[in-house]
Amino acid sequence: MTKPILEVLKLNKSFQVKSDKALFKKPKPVHILNDISFELLEGETLSIVGESGCGKTTLGRCIVRGVNASSGSVVYHAEDEKAVDYLKLDRKGIKAYRKDIQMIFQDPYSSLSPRMNVFDIIAEPLIANFKLSKDEVEAKVTEIAEKTGLNVGYLKRYPHAFSGGQRQRIAIARALITQPRLIVCDEAVSALDVSIQAQIINLLKDLQEQYKITYIFISHDLSIVQNISDRVAVMHLGRIVELASTESLFGHPQHPYTEALMSAVPQPNPEFKKERIILEGEVPNPANPPSGCHFHPRCAYKTEKCIQEVPELREVGYNHFAACHYAEKLQLRGVPIESAELQVN
Amino acid sequence: MRTLPLFKGQKPAAPVTAAPKDTVYSSQWRLIYQKFKKHTLARISMYILGLLYLVALFAQFIAPYDLQSYDSKYVNAPPMGLRFVDAEGKFHIKPFVYGLKTERDPETLRKMFVADTETRHSFKFFVKGQEYKFLGLIPMKTHLFAVEEPGRIFLLGTDGMGRDLFSRIVLGSQISLSIPLVGVGISFILGLIIGGISGYFGGWLDSLIQRVIEIIRSFPTLPLWMALSAAIPPRIPVVTMYLYIVIIFAFIGWTDLARVVRGKFISLKNEDYVVAARIAGVGNTKIIVKHLLPGFMSYLVVATTLAIPSMILGETAMSFLGLGVRSPATSWGVLLQEAQKIENVALYPWKLLPLGAVILTVLTYNFIGDGLRDAADPYKK
Repeated sequence: MTKPILEVLKLNKSFQVKSDKALFKKPKPVHILNDISFELLEGETLSIVGESGCGKTTLGRCIVRGVNASSGSVVYHAEDEKAVDYLKLDRKGIKAYRKDIQMIFQDPYSSLSPRMNVFDIIAEPLIANFKLSKDEVEAKVTEIAEKTGLNVGYLKRYPHAFSGGQRQRIAIARALITQPRLIVCDEAVSALDVSIQAQIINLLKDLQEQYKITYIFISHDLSIVQNISDRVAVMHLGRIVELASTESLFGHPQHPYTEALMSAVPQPNPEFKKERIILEGEVPNPANPPSGCHFHPRCAYKTEKCIQEVPELREVGYNHFAACHYAEKLQLRGVPIESAELQVN
Repeated sequence: MRTLPLFKGQKPAAPVTAAPKDTVYSSQWRLIYQKFKKHTLARISMYILGLLYLVALFAQFIAPYDLQSYDSKYVNAPPMGLRFVDAEGKFHIKPFVYGLKTERDPETLRKMFVADTETRHSFKFFVKGQEYKFLGLIPMKTHLFAVEEPGRIFLLGTDGMGRDLFSRIVLGSQISLSIPLVGVGISFILGLIIGGISGYFGGWLDSLIQRVIEIIRSFPTLPLWMALSAAIPPRIPVVTMYLYIVIIFAFIGWTDLARVVRGKFISLKNEDYVVAARIAGVGNTKIIVKHLLPGFMSYLVVATTLAIPSMILGETAMSFLGLGVRSPATSWGVLLQEAQKIENVALYPWKLLPLGAVILTVLTYNFIGDGLRDAADPYKK
């Protein structure tokens, strides 16, 4: 019954890094995203988790074309069933679809222009994408501000007058005003304190039910991810190493890296004895990645094969993908689902 | 415990009853203006500069003589003071100047002027004199002041051709004070557009523009001026020459501003709120006008103000060397040409007076620039 809304196919992003020493040496590309592929179903929430610097944010920005990907495609299935490659659209072509795909940024302090008042900030995407009269704009902004729990009387103020949680509501209102079908939430709640996090998460969930929005939820906070997502993709050094439904991934991780992440989830149940897996070594440098499986220098289960061969992302269980040579053989520990449930209300 | 004598016997301070000012969200420019007002030096400079520009605007009216008038009888005459008290110690309600007579120095046999206490010429306001066009439009004869005919008034002395220096400084300010403004205006626009393109679009275009700027900046200024002014045809109307010189200055001046603008564009275009606007579907032009420019306009205004003094000095230097404004047009640099000869400076030091005008203007601009910079800096208290 659910159709795909977005297909990401072999998405690559590399940055040219100039070396200071060699003047005439060609700049070396650093691969931040390596052959990222996944499918996003309409109305679902896909979380992308991973440690800092693994490319989560870059992936999000590539999808919404905040930065341009090096290669690959993002096929967007529009409402009228037309499939377009979002990355290949030119400036005119993309205009029709910008309104469908919006983004909420990590930092509500830097993502709102300090020189525009809140009304103008929220109205900006609306004015850019639709031809509306002043009254219509005002009606829409007021409506969305009420939905997101902003005081309508304060709309003429500037962002600096608001707290972090209010600012993130402004950012959400701004993302919602064009009635997008897909929102990329880049660490949308990471900058907020826990009580506000819960409010915002509930707000996002409510809005999802109301408007059938699809979320790509980028986060490093596994408790929130477990609470909000239908499926989870784990990223490590620019690759997806595991992709599965939330229960399956948290319950039965199939990749050693996921297991290590899971062991870091706080357990509210004191009875539950867990062993914290501390990863040894540093995060590999993307400019000079290790051979074979990128995770092998830090993996407890590595063999000679891991050093030589790059594992493919393959289906290891029903709708459970993992990029590990020994996914089926390893018995990895997950998180008991109930105990890690985030107490939202 | 020791009590501070200051507080002994004093009543406790009355509680603050006045309601705090209504929280009003002032615009950035308003905040800058309020801070600028508190900067005393800048404020005073502002008044002085305003006065200078008023003088330049009404120069033909204020100057008692025009640029062409000269009197071979009064070559290198010293400044003469307005007097209320005459040689006998009698007070006159109407100010006057003495006439000048020539005498020879008994030692050097040099011709010199002394006040002729026999002849008194009284000072008058609003006198009919040489005809001119008020503000370049209305033909008028009235000058602000003069002395009775046949007397002459040389407040700041005369030059080697017997021309009144005061009139020439006043009239010269029209060119000296406006060239930098127009020049900076043009380089502001050039710098904004070229620097903006360079910073916003980046890539090979950025590299190309930056290399061109480097080449222009690595030219030694003096030979460049000479080359450019050699390209100006010798006999052209004053207005055309004026334009040429402004263009020469703008040609060099825009590079600095372009760099500033480029840097600001690069730092601002990757700000989250700019990326957010792009994702929201806002077009390039709108992003530049609504998000980027307001972000550094105040900074740019300051940079521009601080660029004016160097342009004034440049014009003065160029005219001083005979490369800039040429007579019959006059600027402060042209007036200073006479000070190139050492005997002129030694014997007739008042010929350095145009320098005073230059210094005053440059200082006031610098102080205003400083004041603006402090006012535009949100972190400065």
